[in-house]
Amino acid sequence: MNKLELISALKTEADISKAEAAKIVEIFFNSMTDALADEDRVEIRGLCSFYVKQYKSYIGRNPKTGEKVPIKPKQLPFFKSGKELKERVNH
Amino acid sequence: MTLTKAHIVDKIHEEVGFPTKRSAEIVETLLEIIKSALEAKEDVLISGFGKFCVNEKSQRRGRNPATGQDMILDKRRVVTFRCSSVLRDKINHVGIK
Repeated sequence: MNKLELISALKTEADISKAEAAKIVEIFFNSMTDALADEDRVEIRGLCSFYVKQYKSYIGRNPKTGEKVPIKPKQLPFFKSGKELKERVNH
Repeated sequence: MTLTKAHIVDKIHEEVGFPTKRSAEIVETLLEIIKSALEAKEDVLISGFGKFCVNEKSQRRGRNPATGQDMILDKRRVVTFRCSSVLRDKINHVGIK
C-alpha cells in the first residue's frame, strides 16, 4: 500500500473529500518527521514509537574494494512496533 | 517533548477545520487502515517518510538470559521500518539538494 492508496482508503472509510484525506495524511507524517528532526520522540499508541538514535563516527570499509572509509557521526530513527500492532501482525 | 496522537489531532482540527472529536475519529480510522494492511502482510510505503515492512522470522534457539535455560523461539512475524533518504536527511539536517 502506498501513500495514494492510503489517502484513497481514508477518503472512503472516513467519508471525507480526497483533498481532506490528502491533507490529513500529510499532517500525520509531516508531524512525525518534524518531531524526529527536532530529536523528539514520537509515540502513536497501538501503532509504533520512534526515537532518534545517535551513531558515533567509525571507520567503515567499502565492501567492494576493502578500502577504509571514515563514517561521520549520524542520527537515525529507531522504530519500535506498538503492542497492538505487534500482536495483530503475529496472530 | 514526545509527539502523541493528541498533538496530531489538534493540528488536524486547526488546519483542516474538523471538530476535535471528529479529527480524533479520522486519525483512528487512518491508524486502522495502516494496521489492517500490515496485518494482511501488506507493506505500507510512504514516500518521503519510509516503508513499514512485514517480515517473517524463522524459528530459532534462544536462551532465557535470566535463567540461562535453552528454549525454542517459534517462528513469528514482525514489523520493521526502513527510513526514506528524505527523512534521514531531515533528521541529520542535510540541506535539500
